[in-house]
Amino acid sequence: MSYIPGTARERAEMLADTGCKSIDDLFSCVPESVRLKAPLNLPEAQTEFEVLSDIESIAAKNRQYKAIFRGAGAYNHFIPEVVKSLSSRSEFVTAYTPYQPEVSQGILQVIFEYQSVICRLTGMDVSNAGVYDGASAAAEAFAMCRERGRNKLITFSNIKPQVLSVLKTYACSAGAKVEVIACVDGLADLGALGCALDDTAACVYIEQPNYYGLIENAQDIASLVHEKKAKLIMGCEPVSLALLKTPAEYGADIAVGEAQGLGLELSFGGPYLGYMASTTANMRKLPGRIVGKTTDSEGRDAYVLTLQAREQHIRREKASSSICSNEALCALTATIYCAAVGREGLIEVASQSYSKAHYAAKLFSAIPGFGLRFSGEFFNEFITDCPCDAKKIMSALAERSILGGKILDCGRILWCVTEVNTKAQIDEVASILKEVTAV
Amino acid sequence: MSELIFEKSHEGRRAVYFPECGVESVSLPEKYARTSPAPLPEVAEVDLVRHYTNLSRKAYGVDNGFYPLGSCTMKYNPKINEAAAALPGFTHMHPQLDEADAQGCLEIMYKLSRSLCEITGMDAITLQPAAGAHGEFTGLSLIGAYLRDNGMSARTKLIVPDSAHGTNPASAAMNGFTIVNIPSTPDGFVDLDALKNAVGDDTAALMLTNPNTVGRFDRNILEISKTVHDAGGLVYYDGANLNAIMGIARPGDMGFDVVHLNMHKTFSTPHGGGGPGSGPVGCKSFLEKYLPSPLVCEDNGKYTFFTPEKSIGKVQSFYGNFLVYLKAYCYIRVLGGTGLKQASENAVLNANYMLEKLRDTYDIPFEGSCMHEFVMSLDKLKHETGISASDIAKGLIDNGIHPPTMYFPLIVHEALMFEPTETESRETLDNAVEVMKKLYETAKTAPDTLHAAPVTTPVGRPDETAAVRNPILKY
Ligand SMILES: Cc1ncc(COP(=O)(O)O)c(C=O)c1O
Repeated sequence: MSYIPGTARERAEMLADTGCKSIDDLFSCVPESVRLKAPLNLPEAQTEFEVLSDIESIAAKNRQYKAIFRGAGAYNHFIPEVVKSLSSRSEFVTAYTPYQPEVSQGILQVIFEYQSVICRLTGMDVSNAGVYDGASAAAEAFAMCRERGRNKLITFSNIKPQVLSVLKTYACSAGAKVEVIACVDGLADLGALGCALDDTAACVYIEQPNYYGLIENAQDIASLVHEKKAKLIMGCEPVSLALLKTPAEYGADIAVGEAQGLGLELSFGGPYLGYMASTTANMRKLPGRIVGKTTDSEGRDAYVLTLQAREQHIRREKASSSICSNEALCALTATIYCAAVGREGLIEVASQSYSKAHYAAKLFSAIPGFGLRFSGEFFNEFITDCPCDAKKIMSALAERSILGGKILDCGRILWCVTEVNTKAQIDEVASILKEVTAV
Repeated sequence: MSELIFEKSHEGRRAVYFPECGVESVSLPEKYARTSPAPLPEVAEVDLVRHYTNLSRKAYGVDNGFYPLGSCTMKYNPKINEAAAALPGFTHMHPQLDEADAQGCLEIMYKLSRSLCEITGMDAITLQPAAGAHGEFTGLSLIGAYLRDNGMSARTKLIVPDSAHGTNPASAAMNGFTIVNIPSTPDGFVDLDALKNAVGDDTAALMLTNPNTVGRFDRNILEISKTVHDAGGLVYYDGANLNAIMGIARPGDMGFDVVHLNMHKTFSTPHGGGGPGSGPVGCKSFLEKYLPSPLVCEDNGKYTFFTPEKSIGKVQSFYGNFLVYLKAYCYIRVLGGTGLKQASENAVLNANYMLEKLRDTYDIPFEGSCMHEFVMSLDKLKHETGISASDIAKGLIDNGIHPPTMYFPLIVHEALMFEPTETESRETLDNAVEVMKKLYETAKTAPDTLHAAPVTTPVGRPDETAAVRNPILKY
C-alpha cells in the first residue's frame, strides 16, 4: 500500500529532471555512518482491508458498557448526530491552522463563535481558541499569574488528581511551587487558605464542582484571594455552567476547564479540549491562538488570528507558553454542540444530570453502608461509602454491563450521573448494591 | 454572508430534544445558580447544518487542493484512519476504565510505542503530549529532571540555533532554561565554531531540528551531537521534519537523547484546522525512568500500566490524544517499513523536483539538493518590485494553491518555504511551478495586481493592525 500517486515511470522521469542518478543520490548529504543498513523492523505492510479488520479486532478487546456511572474528569453525554456529521467535514478536518485568513474564514469564524460561546458560558470577557486539555489549561493559567516574587500556586486536595499532577509537572519544570492544602467536609478550607496566602502566592486554583462533585463557596474564596492580591483561577466544568453561578459572577480572574463534556467523545482521554477565559485585564497574558474580528479593504467583515505578539513565533523565549497547534477541531465540535443543543438544551442536559444525580444519591445512600461521604451541595457527582471491597460492587455491576463509579484510594466510590442515565438504570444499580451487600 | 450563528438565533427554536427526565426534578439552590441563562444560539437543525456547511466551504484543507505549507507536512490524510478512529470500541472508552477493560487501547499504545521506537532509534516513548510543542516541553522536562537527579542543576543553558522554530526557545523557557542562541550558516547548518564556543559546564542541552528548517540535512550531525555530549550536555531532536528520513536515518543513531514527533505531520493524522495533534516523545534508556506516567508494558499478551520510577508526573489528564495516535498506528500498519521509506523518498523527490524547476526563476539561498522541503528568498524581488513573500503567497491563493509557509525560518529574509510532500502528483507540482513562474512575471510587469490579491476569496486581506488596535474577540 502507498498513498503516492506517482507511477514508477513518472518517478524515474522526475528523478532525471533533478539531475540525480538514483534516489540514493538525493540523500547524499546523510553521512554514510548514520544511514540505516537494514529495513525498519516493523510489521509487514497490509492492505487497508486487512488493517481495518485487525484494528476492529483490537477494538473488540475493549469492554463497552451499556451504562456508565463514572466521571472523574470525563463525562458521558449524548452527542447529537448532527454534531458528528458537521464536525467531520473534510474541509475542517484537513486544514492547517488558519495562517492564511482569506482561505480560512470558515475556520476563523468558528473559532470566533467558540470564543463567544465560552465567554457566554463563563461570563468572562475574553477566551482564547483553546489549549490541549483541562489540566494543561490550569497549568497555563498558573503561568499567566506568575510574576517576580510571586511564584506559588495554592490549591486544595479536592481538585482532580490528574489536574494536580499536571500542575505539579509544569511547576516543577519551571521552578515554581504548588502548595496543596487540606479540605473540610470536602470543601476548600478558608482558614487554611488564609494562612497559606502569603505574598509569594501568585494565585489560587479551585474547581467548581470539585473532584468530589461538591459546589464550593467560591464567593468567600474570591474575596480572601483578592484581599491578599493574588489571583483566582476557577476550573469549571462547562456543562454545569448552564446552571451554576459563573466564574465571572464569583470574581475569578481566569476561568479554565475541560470542555470534553461539550460534545466530545470519551475516546480514552483524548483528544479533549482545555478552555481558557479571562478578564480583559489579563487578556494579553492568555496563551495560544486568539481570533479577532476586523474588516478587509472593502469593508467586509473578516476574521484573523490576532494579538500574536503574545505567541511563541513572535516572542520566542519570552512567550509565556510554547503552544502552537491546539485542539481546534475539538473547539469546533464544542461550538457546534452548543449551537445544536442550544440555550434550552444545555440547561436541560445540566438539570437532568443534576436531578438524576440527586435521585441516585438518595437511593444509594439509603442502602446500609452506602452513606453519602459529604453533606455539601453537589452537582452530578457524589461519593458514597462502601461497606465491602468496592471491586466486588464493580464486578457485580459489570455483569449487567454497567460501569460503576470510580473507586477512590480510600475505598469509597465516586459516582457520576448524567442525562443519559435513565431512572431504570439508576434503580438497577441500587438493586445490585443491595444484592451484593445483603449476602 | 458571514452572519454568526448567534445572529441566526430565534427564541424558542430547537435542534435537539431530550427524553423526559423520568425522575423528580430538583432545582439548584438559588445561591449557587447563575443569575441569567447563558445566551447560547437557538436554531433549528437545518439552520445549523447550512451554517456550518457554508462555513466549511470557506475553509481550505488538503482535501481541497495542494497545500505545500513548509514544516507542516500537509500530506494526504487517508480515510481509513478516520474510520478506525470512529469505531465505538474506541470512542466509547472512558479514560477512567480499569486496564482490564481497555486492553485494546493499551495494545494500540504498546504496539505504536514499539514502532515509533524502531522508527526513531529510541528506547522508550511516551504518547502523552498533545502536539509538537507539548512534546518539546515534555522532552525538556525529562532533561531537566535528569540533570537535577544527577547533581547537574548548574547546567542551565539551552543552546538553540537561530533557525529554530519559535516553539523551541519558548518550550525551553517554560522549563526554566536560559536560552543561548547560536547563529547558523546561511544554509541553516549549525555553525560548528559557534557551537564549540557555546558549550561548557553550564550546558544543559542543544535543541536541534534536522533536517533543519531550511530543509537540509546537517552533514556534521555526528560531530554536533558529540560536541555537546563531550561538554556533558544532552541533545534534543525536534522531529518536525522526520518525513524526510523515515527508514533512511534515525535520530537515535545520530546520537540524540530525546526526540519528539508530530503525528499530525509525518504520520498523516489530519490537522483539524489547528489541532488536535499528537507529539510523542522518545528517549534513550537512561531517561526512561523520568517519562510521564503511565507507560504500558506487556506480559504474555496482557497489557498493564506502570509509572516510571522517577516520572516527571503527567503532562496531560489521561493518555494523550488517543484517537489521533490511533490514526498514526493505522498509517504505520498500512505502509510498513518499506512504505514509510518510500514515503520519505518521494517526499524528498517531490521537493527536489519543484526546487529544480524553480531555481532559475527564484532565489534559492543555498546550493545543491534539499530534503523534503526548500526555502526561497524573495528579498531581491521585493527590492526590485516591491512584491513581498506575502504578496506571492496571496497570488497563489487566487490560483487555487494554498501558500507555503511565509517568513520562516527567520534567518532567510522574505522566506517562502515549500513542502510538497510525497502524496502529490507530478501534474500538481508542474502546475504549482507554472503558477509560481507566472506570479514572478506579474511581480515584474504588473505588481499592483499582486498587491490586490487575493480577489477570488470571500474576503480580501484583512486589516490586521485594526484587529490588534481594537480587539473584537467575541460576539
Ligand atoms: C520545526 C517545528 N518545530 C515545532 C513545531 C511545533 O509543533 P506543534 O504545532 O505540533 O506544537 C513546528 C510546527 O509547526 C515546527 O515546524
